[in-house]
Amino acid sequence: MFDAQSFLHALPLLLRAAQMTVFVSAVGLLIGFLIAVAVVSACLSPRPPMRRLGNLYTFVFRGVPLLVQLMLAYYFLPTLGINVSPDVAAIAAVSLCEGAYLGEILRGGFLGIPRGQIEATQMLGISRFATLVHIEIPQALKLTAPSLVNEMILLVKASSLISVVGVAEITRTAQNIAASTFRPLEAYVAAGLMYMAVNGILSVLGHYAERHFERA
Amino acid sequence: MTASLSLIQQYGPQVLSGFGITIVSWLGAVVLGMALGFLIAVLQLFAGRWVRTVLRIYIEVLRTTPFLVQLFILYYGGPNFGLSLQALDAGIIALAIYGSAYFAEVFRSGFTSVPRGHLEAAQCLGMSRLTTIWRVQLPQMLVIITPSLVNLIIILSKETSVLSIVTVPELTAILTQIGSEQFIYVQTMLILSVCYLLLVGVTQKLGSWAEARASRFLQH
Repeated sequence: MFDAQSFLHALPLLLRAAQMTVFVSAVGLLIGFLIAVAVVSACLSPRPPMRRLGNLYTFVFRGVPLLVQLMLAYYFLPTLGINVSPDVAAIAAVSLCEGAYLGEILRGGFLGIPRGQIEATQMLGISRFATLVHIEIPQALKLTAPSLVNEMILLVKASSLISVVGVAEITRTAQNIAASTFRPLEAYVAAGLMYMAVNGILSVLGHYAERHFERA
Repeated sequence: MTASLSLIQQYGPQVLSGFGITIVSWLGAVVLGMALGFLIAVLQLFAGRWVRTVLRIYIEVLRTTPFLVQLFILYYGGPNFGLSLQALDAGIIALAIYGSAYFAEVFRSGFTSVPRGHLEAAQCLGMSRLTTIWRVQLPQMLVIITPSLVNLIIILSKETSVLSIVTVPELTAILTQIGSEQFIYVQTMLILSVCYLLLVGVTQKLGSWAEARASRFLQH
């Protein structure tokens, strides 16, 4: 029923594929974070058009399934004359989507920063950008650390969808193994365990980071 | 223009049936998942340590693995156990199981949010444990958890798009297929996005209505 041999055989292949999953997630997180900061700044801006733009971005990218965004990126960019590899399309879609989700999380953090601090930086003549980088972002990160770790785990799981455009990450590799060995159960259970391992490590690191933040 | 009209004539019914299947799988998963999640949350209140540990593992496994992988295990791995399901049934069941873990967590947070004193008061008044849940805990926690429930329901509506990967003929599958038949990927994907935005928008509106209704006894 459950063939341990093919299960064990799948593990080293999936371990290599896990690197791709981690890579896409990490790059998606990084670019997504930059987008999120821009979106939050727009959402909290005193100018109404900027606010509306920020809210529209959040509504669209949170309202459309990642799978659809992914296919849109994969098929849409070439019509603009930009020929992208599946990896690039996947990273682009993941980053854009993640920007909206992280933005909503960070917004709570930004709102939690006392107004007086921002006024103090203005009095001290610290530029708006320096305030953002040195005052607001570090505190927002600290305030929202648990939600951010949670979002990272969701991101790793969401990255399974990029298998659809042919990126050889964990799920895609499991599909290939299942197709070549005719043992789907073993391949997908192994893939599931691989995700649990990655997310387990993330959640341990997250706890560690939270404790570090608490002491700081 | 005439070309697009004939396209609508040709594919309209298909798209509508796809939309129907999306809605059916979504609502089926929400109802089943919510019932299962509620059951798990209540069991966690009553059961002994071993059952609680098993339920905890159930929740953690489902929350740390991607839905796509769970779906593959059920649909492609199921026949290994003699469990052969239709794609749509497998999709609804997998989505319900996936959702149940999250629903259980939301309900659990709701149960812990009701002050202990209320439970003690209910006990003193001789209410049974089930009556207490139904009359005291549920109405109060609904105020707190309705936003999370709505959020989860919206997440599940988008998660139905994943069912297209295991050949469920829902909206995403249909529009992708039309795109590759007619070489109009971008248009079909944009229509698809609008459909999901509509779905999410309507759900959000219903959600705010539900929130207002759940908390109406607070406004006197």
